Amino acid sequence: MSDVPWLSLLVLLPLVGAVAVPFVRGSAALTKQVGLGVSLGTLALAVAVALQYDVDGGMQLTETHDWISAFGVHYALGVDGLGLLLVLLTVVLVPVVLLASWRDDEGYLDGGAQGSPAAFVAWTLALEALSLAVFLATDVFLFYVVFEATLIPAYFLIGGFGRAGRSAAAVKFLMFQLAGGLVLLGGVIGLYVVSAQEGTPSYLLSDLAALDIDTAAGRWLFAAFFIAFAIKAPLFPVHTWLADTTERATPGTAVLLVCVLDKIGTFGMLRFCLGLFPEASQWATPLVVVLALVSIVYGALVAIGQDDLMRLIGLTSLSHFGFITLGIFVFSSQGGTGSILYMVNHGLGTAALFLVAGYVVSRRGTASIREMGGAEKVTPVLAGLFLVAGLAALGLPGLSTFVSEMLVIIAAFDYAWYVGAVAVTGIVLAAIYALWMYQRTMTGPTVEPVAAGVRTSRDLSTRELVAVAPLFVGLVLFGFYPMPLMEAADPYVGELLEQVGVSDDPPEVGAPAEAEAHSDSDTAEEGEN
Amino acid sequence: MGEFTQPLMEYGSIWPLFVVFGVACLGVLAEAFLPRGRRHVVQLVLAVAGLLAALVGTVLVGMDLEVTEGGAARGLFGAAGAVAVDGPTVFLWGMLLVFALTGVALFAERRLESGVSAFAGQAAALPGTEAERRTQALDHTEVYPLLMFAVTGMMLFPAAADLLTLFVALEVLSLPLYLLAGLARRRRLLSQEAALKYFLLGAFSSGFFLYGVALVYGFAGSMSFAAIDEAVRNDTENRGLLLVGIGMLMVGLLFKVGAVPFQAWTPDVYQGAPTAVTAFMAAGTKIAAFGAILRLLYVAFGAERWSWQPMLWVVAILTMLVGAVLAIVQTDVKRMLAYSAIAHTGFLLTGVLGVQGASALAEGQVTSLQSVLFYLLTYSFATVGAFAVVTLVRDSSGEASAMERWAGLGARSPLVAGAFAFFLLSMAGIPLTAGFTGKWAVFTVALAAGAWPVVLVAIAASVVSVFFYIRLIRVMYFAVPEGEVASVTTPSPLTTAVIVVGVVGTLALGVVPGPVLDLAADAGQFIR
Repeated sequence: MSDVPWLSLLVLLPLVGAVAVPFVRGSAALTKQVGLGVSLGTLALAVAVALQYDVDGGMQLTETHDWISAFGVHYALGVDGLGLLLVLLTVVLVPVVLLASWRDDEGYLDGGAQGSPAAFVAWTLALEALSLAVFLATDVFLFYVVFEATLIPAYFLIGGFGRAGRSAAAVKFLMFQLAGGLVLLGGVIGLYVVSAQEGTPSYLLSDLAALDIDTAAGRWLFAAFFIAFAIKAPLFPVHTWLADTTERATPGTAVLLVCVLDKIGTFGMLRFCLGLFPEASQWATPLVVVLALVSIVYGALVAIGQDDLMRLIGLTSLSHFGFITLGIFVFSSQGGTGSILYMVNHGLGTAALFLVAGYVVSRRGTASIREMGGAEKVTPVLAGLFLVAGLAALGLPGLSTFVSEMLVIIAAFDYAWYVGAVAVTGIVLAAIYALWMYQRTMTGPTVEPVAAGVRTSRDLSTRELVAVAPLFVGLVLFGFYPMPLMEAADPYVGELLEQVGVSDDPPEVGAPAEAEAHSDSDTAEEGEN
Repeated sequence: MGEFTQPLMEYGSIWPLFVVFGVACLGVLAEAFLPRGRRHVVQLVLAVAGLLAALVGTVLVGMDLEVTEGGAARGLFGAAGAVAVDGPTVFLWGMLLVFALTGVALFAERRLESGVSAFAGQAAALPGTEAERRTQALDHTEVYPLLMFAVTGMMLFPAAADLLTLFVALEVLSLPLYLLAGLARRRRLLSQEAALKYFLLGAFSSGFFLYGVALVYGFAGSMSFAAIDEAVRNDTENRGLLLVGIGMLMVGLLFKVGAVPFQAWTPDVYQGAPTAVTAFMAAGTKIAAFGAILRLLYVAFGAERWSWQPMLWVVAILTMLVGAVLAIVQTDVKRMLAYSAIAHTGFLLTGVLGVQGASALAEGQVTSLQSVLFYLLTYSFATVGAFAVVTLVRDSSGEASAMERWAGLGARSPLVAGAFAFFLLSMAGIPLTAGFTGKWAVFTVALAAGAWPVVLVAIAASVVSVFFYIRLIRVMYFAVPEGEVASVTTPSPLTTAVIVVGVVGTLALGVVPGPVLDLAADAGQFIR
């Protein structure tokens, strides 16, 4: 293996970009181009990392250096199947967001003066760098540091750009996240104490996983970690910051928050809750499953009732995160793989939905669904993309979201029939909110836009189309051919379940998935079942 | 009649203390004999040179401390057993001298008030009188000797190895601060009121302290910490004297650090005192007093741990909660920082509750002393920096400490607002800042000692405190300015340097805290 610190470079490039962008002299356009260039460079680096990744699993490309030896803290990075998928998702979404938000600085709805374009680009790149570090960290302390540090760029992105009331939303977001973060701090400190009792304190994941944590301490620590990740994900009942944030932030920021940052929550559940506290995870399963089911149904129900488009989409994510959490905590290889795939697919699908909805909103001059209607006649391309993105949200067969949703639901039925039964209602409700949303905004008589001077009739520009194109390509590609995702996820889930002490038959996972992958008609039939 | 024996002074180890004291006395002479025009320069040079010499001396002393007690501690007793020069003392001296230098830099700032310092021309001139107007152009230079005397007291305080020295140090550090607090050039009534409050309450708490000294002497029959420790371990009679004595001593010490229920002076004094003084004493007093608390509790009363620990639990919990909750409703930046200082006192007390001896811990695990020393450093960098920024943000009536005046500062002065936001984030304990590392350290030692309820409250208080720090950041960056707003006055390089030191220290201790943590670990234990 080469000595190039690939993962450090991957984190460093966007970070350097974030620091450099404010110093770019010249027009705002140049700033944005530099930002886009940096994010594309990061994408290229991530692809280079992915090409070196060995699909057999395990931590790879690891780098370990002592950082704070007094605390047993290391600067340690490494990538495994789970990390790789989320890294790739992040590096794809950032250029997409930058391109899609290209003209948001000219004003977004009633938001008044927006922050400078340089600030948006810089904070976005900073967020990218820190998120990548989160997914790559193999030292719990390092993870915690970057986990908390992501909040700073997120705070300034929400507070600086978007609609009226955004600074209040930013504070609410930050308070929720920091509260979770400080609970997590309690857990991280507890880990140190436990680790010190065993001998030399160390925060390396590999050292911690080997610890024999006693049952009571393990459960307390699990609780601290889980609460933090539940707020992050978010899960019912600590989700209330979500809708406010997605409503007031720009669509680009909403994508970064919901599709990248929130993934840290479910990522953390897999890596830390299950990885470090297997006994406590199983002990807590009944409660977590109930919370996940409530999130699925509650999120979807509340979404149906929303009038604000961005709020609606934010709440659908609550429902989706319920599915992801459910898949994680049923402890089966279908559920685990399904959840990981769900994280990727939700990232693509919801990003598409947010960005296309953003296009719609900026044309109508309002986010209120009541004041829209009939847009499909004047802007057919936009309407078409909106429909596809909506269908992705409800998990239509042939789109990638279907594969993961199916896996999770099968796993839920395996776990207990009534859990599966409740989860399935989520799909029905998803159909209602997605299709009804489309019907109310796009069909019927054309409604004049509220704000004067807004050009409703203009269909998507090339820039807007190019920006979201990768998302739709991904949705369709992984809908028909999810194998690359599964190959990355399967070994990781296998190892994890072995550690948790649950054994099931791995081949079973592969079989139905391959069937879906190879035959479109099979997939469709399963969907109708 | 015993034969006269010469007291063992160990000048070679305690000379930094004498340098500072000597320079303070020289300063008084300079004030008396030099013409007014030359005083400022001479005083400034004297103070800086004295502090630098003492700092160099501290480093030299620290480098050749002798190992005692089988390697657990290093150092010796000087001044006939009255002063302990050991690892923690040297570490604390180093911190005190660094922040005294930043204090001198802030005292010497004359560009903000267009050519004069931030201190009243003549303290005796009544506010609003002809005498005040006549003396307005004068520069008050006694502040430098006063500062040096205070530093002398602060250095002696954590080094004191007997109760009487401890009391003397307490008074030497307090009296100059009472005076300094009353010397503000602007808002003089507020300043004088603050000084009077500080003095009265301080004198009251000194009384308690002295009573405690008497009671503990009554119990142990000696003033020296080592003898008290001996008595605590062996004597079973008169424990009532000991317990009440410990309580009284703690009243005096907890007053100095502003712990609940002795915190009432903090907001008034922090707000009323000239901001440069606030910055100096917020850092200096806390460092000195926590050093003294640690030595007293660990060395003299270490064996009585189970008596004072429950009391400290309650005080720590109350201090964190009161500080954090009351800070929420403040509308004045300096008062908010004062309440935040109270909350930080609580966090520091959490660290004091930790495990004392390295022997009870795993190899390389953080000790209580190490964590508190480190926290003091992180807190001081952020506090001094934050108050230095407060001196810059001004409107037509001087410093604009009302929070609504700070609206939109982020857009008008991005660098200054950015530095201030950074200090606030550090105080809030956001990772990659010094405050986070410090919080981590004190919470860890408390949890390792089984004080989990205190840690839970500390985490809750941290969440609450985040709210008011973030609120100020929000005001600076996202609030729309209304009415008169404050702007940043360009300072001389002195204040700029202080802010830069604060930012660099806060960043360095957040990103690479390793060397300083190791240094604090090398300081080892107190000698007994």
